[in-house]
Amino acid sequence: MNFDDTPQEAAFRETARKWVEANAPKELHAELSKSSLGRIRLANHDIVDVGKAWQKKKFEGNWACLHWPKEYGGRDATPIEKVIWQQEEGVYGKLTQPFQIGEGMCGPTVMAWGSEDAKRLHLPKLAAGEEIWCQLFSEPSAGSDVAGLRTRAEKKGENWVVNGQKIWTSGAHYSDFGLLIARTDPNVPKHKGLTMFFLDMRSPGVEVRPIKQANGMQEFNEVYFTDVVIPDSQRLGAVGEGWSVSLTTLMNERMSIGSRLATGVPELFDFCANLMLEDGLAIDDPAVRSKLASWAVKSSGLKYTSYRAISALSKGERPGPENSIGKLVSGMMLQDIATYAMDLQGAAGALTGTDEETVQGQFQQMLLSSPSMRIAGGTDEILRNIIAERVLGLPGDIRVDKDVPYNKIPTKGR
Amino acid sequence: MNFDFSDDQKQLRDQARKFLTEKCSPKAVRIVLDGKAPYDKELWKGLAEMGFLGVAIPEEFGGAGAGHLELCVIAEEMGRANAPVPFSSTVYLAAEALMIAGSDAQKKKWLPAIASGETIGTLALFEGKGNPSPKNVKLTAANGVLNGVKKPVADGAIADFTVVAARTGSSGREGDISLFLVDLKAGGVEVKSLTNLDPTRGQAEITFKDCKAELLGAAGEGWSILTQVLDRAAVLCAFEQVGGSDRALEMGRDYALDRIAFGRQIGSFQAVKHMLADMYVSATLARSNSYYGAWALSTNAGELPEAAAAARISATQAFQHCAKNNIQVHGGMGFTWEFDCHMYYRRANAMALGLGSLTYWEDQLIDHMRKKNAA
Repeated sequence: MNFDDTPQEAAFRETARKWVEANAPKELHAELSKSSLGRIRLANHDIVDVGKAWQKKKFEGNWACLHWPKEYGGRDATPIEKVIWQQEEGVYGKLTQPFQIGEGMCGPTVMAWGSEDAKRLHLPKLAAGEEIWCQLFSEPSAGSDVAGLRTRAEKKGENWVVNGQKIWTSGAHYSDFGLLIARTDPNVPKHKGLTMFFLDMRSPGVEVRPIKQANGMQEFNEVYFTDVVIPDSQRLGAVGEGWSVSLTTLMNERMSIGSRLATGVPELFDFCANLMLEDGLAIDDPAVRSKLASWAVKSSGLKYTSYRAISALSKGERPGPENSIGKLVSGMMLQDIATYAMDLQGAAGALTGTDEETVQGQFQQMLLSSPSMRIAGGTDEILRNIIAERVLGLPGDIRVDKDVPYNKIPTKGR
Repeated sequence: MNFDFSDDQKQLRDQARKFLTEKCSPKAVRIVLDGKAPYDKELWKGLAEMGFLGVAIPEEFGGAGAGHLELCVIAEEMGRANAPVPFSSTVYLAAEALMIAGSDAQKKKWLPAIASGETIGTLALFEGKGNPSPKNVKLTAANGVLNGVKKPVADGAIADFTVVAARTGSSGREGDISLFLVDLKAGGVEVKSLTNLDPTRGQAEITFKDCKAELLGAAGEGWSILTQVLDRAAVLCAFEQVGGSDRALEMGRDYALDRIAFGRQIGSFQAVKHMLADMYVSATLARSNSYYGAWALSTNAGELPEAAAAARISATQAFQHCAKNNIQVHGGMGFTWEFDCHMYYRRANAMALGLGSLTYWEDQLIDHMRKKNAA
């Protein structure tokens, strides 16, 4: 048992480190280090602009999408090399946020299901940051039950014509392309009537509208399709095979190993170590210590769980299912920790400005944003189902709509 | 990075599991549970023959000289099997105390006897309620003679010798405490069995009356040695708790697959599935924290106190969580004496207290994290 690199890994790390050292935009280091909860705040720059510049530089240095094959813009890196790169890229990795959905989900789907022409045309541009991609899966009536989606694609000659609405699309407003799943046959059961496409987000009839979220911010969009034409050459997989294609995308979403999820523990520890209560420092209060300790061991448990997965990659093995707990644990923790920190602040905890008493409102921001962590990318409930069914081998849910033609399923709700 | 046990260590774990599956079935555990024997003597003998008792004891003292990682994988299996033997008190507490602080003569006298299964040892620390703390040690030692009462002492009624924490000064500091070795067969002690949560691991009260004892380690060093022993034992116990958590989770999962209600497997109801998924989460966090503890223990790293506390807290919570919800998944049957669920429930809750309660370990963790952050 040790935490050391193999000689090969150490050599790779050294190369990566030197490149980052020589090329990274160091002037942004301090601001990037402070950004938490996946939210990047840069005072004088647009994240898409600086992101594109960094991605382009990485591409030219052969560090972009490094686990992809060389012919599609990568460097054929092994999974452990990708982890090492992420560690060395460090806070600058946050700059690539606009490309994460393309690199992590859309790219791998195109790679698995696209024509050779599509792969050669789009993947290198995606790696170079010249194309930003978004994922058009969720709908107002199809969230966890994404196979229940309603957006229609109808064949007209050599083209498809799309009508409908998607929601919760991150980055749709600055994306060049989108990966779209749509219903092509409503007369068969819901999983069987779906087909996957990709489309130019500037196609006529595509309308992107920002969503004002519960936390007051706008990071996601609704996307409306009105008679949008997609050439059949932009279909991924066979007609009716969209569900299988989508599983490639979603599997890649959950495979992100080694990326550290925010838990709120370092922030809470720091806060408690400096907060003066009536009887002394908060961190000397037995009740506070007990809470802190319980969260600290969850946080360290997640860290060492990811180390176990990295070790499996290092040995060339597939990591076990234990990595599936990450988002479930960290999402709930963020919310609980924010609530607790505010409780310690007393009445002032309700203030959301940059007040001194609340350490610039960091826990208030965490509280307001944390519900999304428990929903996006699989709700807590869906994640528990996945653990129960795929890890523990428990039976799947009884699905009353499984064999019913889609257009006979009762629907309501949003 | 190789944050995993080696193939040899995993093989040893498999070997221990196979051995315990054969020799330590729930039926065998029940003989001790039902009070028909104080511990499983045959199993103890077998563990000695397999070399498990002395796996971390150096070869020159009769052990296998393997190491603590090897002891960790065996501990996991002992916990999984709910083994009714004085393994933790003898191997994690007495043997570790001897290895940390014993003189050559003391090691020669006791360690080979532990490895061969002839001798059971323990640690007499607690005196009634309260967590490990120098001020809670009232038993006195003067000129090598002990007077006072220890309670509870794990496996005290079957132990041949014990390490005793005694007061040798009155400055109010840690230096007031010294450790002693007492041969419990040599007189000067009265031993009384106590009923406790987990009858598969006994507890006793030991009264020392002008009892002769010899120093273990230097006078006044007792507390410092003791915290090292507790840190090591915390990691090793965490592996037992991880093994127990996994077993309780498996029992719940198997029952959920087997039991039919409302015309279908109860494991198909989300209320049950989610409960089991949460147990898996706890058990996984505990395992990962315990691996870090194992690394720190096996390399004698400066991080050991923090790693041990994290492993202890995480594994204690996981075992309690899994054992309690295992009963819940079983419903009424889980509350019968006949089903094995309560054996894990008892063990989980007894183990949560044995080395000091969560409050003590939470304090330890926060203190060490603060030191690290300040550095």
